[in-house]
Amino acid sequence: MNDALRDLYREVILDHSRRPRNYGAMDAANRQSDGFNPLCGDRLRLFLLVEDGAVRQASFVGDGCAISTASASLLTEAARGLPEEEALQLVENFRGMVSGEGEPDGASLGKLTVFAGVRDYPTRVKCATLAWHTLRAAIEQSGETVKTE
Amino acid sequence: MISAPAYDLEKVRADFPILSEEVRGQRIAYLDNAASSQKPRAVLDAVDHVYETGYANIHRGVHVLSERATEHYERSRRRMAKFIGAQSADEVIFVRGTTEGLNLVASSLGRYALHEGDEVLLTGMEHHSNIVPWQMVADLTGAKVLAAPVTDRGELDMDGFAALLSDRTRIVSVVHVSNALGTVNPVDEIARLAKERGAYLVLDGAQAAPHLKLDVQALGCDFYCLSGHKMYGPSGIGVLWGKKRLLEAIPPYQGGGEMIRTVSFEGTTYAEPPAKFEAGTPNIAGPVGLAAAADYLDGLGIPEVAEHEARVREYAESRLAEVPGLRVVGTAREKAAVVSFVVDGVHPHDLGTVLDQEGVAVRTGHHCTQPLMERFGVPATARASFGLYNTEAEVDRLAAGLRTALELFRP
Repeated sequence: MNDALRDLYREVILDHSRRPRNYGAMDAANRQSDGFNPLCGDRLRLFLLVEDGAVRQASFVGDGCAISTASASLLTEAARGLPEEEALQLVENFRGMVSGEGEPDGASLGKLTVFAGVRDYPTRVKCATLAWHTLRAAIEQSGETVKTE
Repeated sequence: MISAPAYDLEKVRADFPILSEEVRGQRIAYLDNAASSQKPRAVLDAVDHVYETGYANIHRGVHVLSERATEHYERSRRRMAKFIGAQSADEVIFVRGTTEGLNLVASSLGRYALHEGDEVLLTGMEHHSNIVPWQMVADLTGAKVLAAPVTDRGELDMDGFAALLSDRTRIVSVVHVSNALGTVNPVDEIARLAKERGAYLVLDGAQAAPHLKLDVQALGCDFYCLSGHKMYGPSGIGVLWGKKRLLEAIPPYQGGGEMIRTVSFEGTTYAEPPAKFEAGTPNIAGPVGLAAAADYLDGLGIPEVAEHEARVREYAESRLAEVPGLRVVGTAREKAAVVSFVVDGVHPHDLGTVLDQEGVAVRTGHHCTQPLMERFGVPATARASFGLYNTEAEVDRLAAGLRTALELFRP
């Protein structure tokens, strides 16, 4: 197996794709949003419990590739405890990292930097960002299904 | 493999410049022919030849280059009429591809034939391009769109199809060869049933044209569409064939230059087909490349091509059967050169990325057949589709790539 593949499919990503964390609907959620990637059929539903302007809990259900599943799983861990404004900043930061448009701010991205390799795979950027666009929609409460188009 | 090859494969491969391209240090193994096929030198040269020796606008100039371009264009029309078995070249409309052909038929035949309460019968294995145009014209006319069921093997359920036909059925539109599964539909039987009800029959031949010897008159359909780029011709050119009397009867699709006889603000009269359906300056070099592709295919012999592809496909099915947890989606008894599959625990999109790293090009996704994916309960599949130049060695690389994917994704 070549190094490029190892660079994309880092152990953390494989682990989260096989055993996604915070997987399941959340009864207590007060925000919810759907994401859909028409290109490959990936879809997910993100649940948030937002209290006092901060994300208390996040969970998701859905069906997608390793990149999109791991991205959603790591998102639910990363978003927990973040004030809404910071969560939205994290969305932008993450998007900048995987699209190659920004220099990743390693400090705020933390573990999420495992997705840096995605920037070398233009067709997979949307897989990585699907959950994050959906997070933004859930926080902004647009209520519409997010499409990665 | 014991049987003798249908033609000299190495020689044929040398006709396609792109097959020598290297991707990450290896020759590309191009197994995405159902999406689009590569072009032989003869097609590339034919297109260049038009631009270098006989290009101008057609049908209107009095000068020599316009005459040459017109001759190139019309000769290509005659060539394609012969390729599909049309009665006359006037029945051959040049379009951008199958999608435009189907949109033209849906719009023009739909406005001509459909009224409130009428029905259009499709199947559950149609490409979106043979669903959405009918939904659009159904919205306009008050007609209803129905879809015949598909069996677990990925064949058309003919009892279900027959049961949905009724005196309200005005149009039947069916894919000849399924792009997602490779199923070859029993179009003779479909034509017979449609005719019994007096329904018009439209066939989507995008996937059939490179694999099956076509005879549109013998097929018993009223309209047939194909794409040049899937049969080794250029992209952006295709053919819509229609029976002459129907092309005369249905209204035009687009308005503009070339498609008129006289224009005045009191009223406009239209040209005869095919001009009636070719508004504006068309793709002039495209048909010439398409005709060269037809020559190329006929030169090898479409039955020989089909025989070769069947051998590669059967070899692929035997190699893929060795991959643990792999399931082929679509096991029709009559199949063209497509193997669609899913692998337990590995999403098709990830398979595609791993294979790409190995220089193997396959398609992953819903293949623009979302209702069919729904029918099989999968969000997407990986699809290997073979062309006249593919080899068993390329299939071996596909199988090896799948092993790599399993190593990576299965703990």
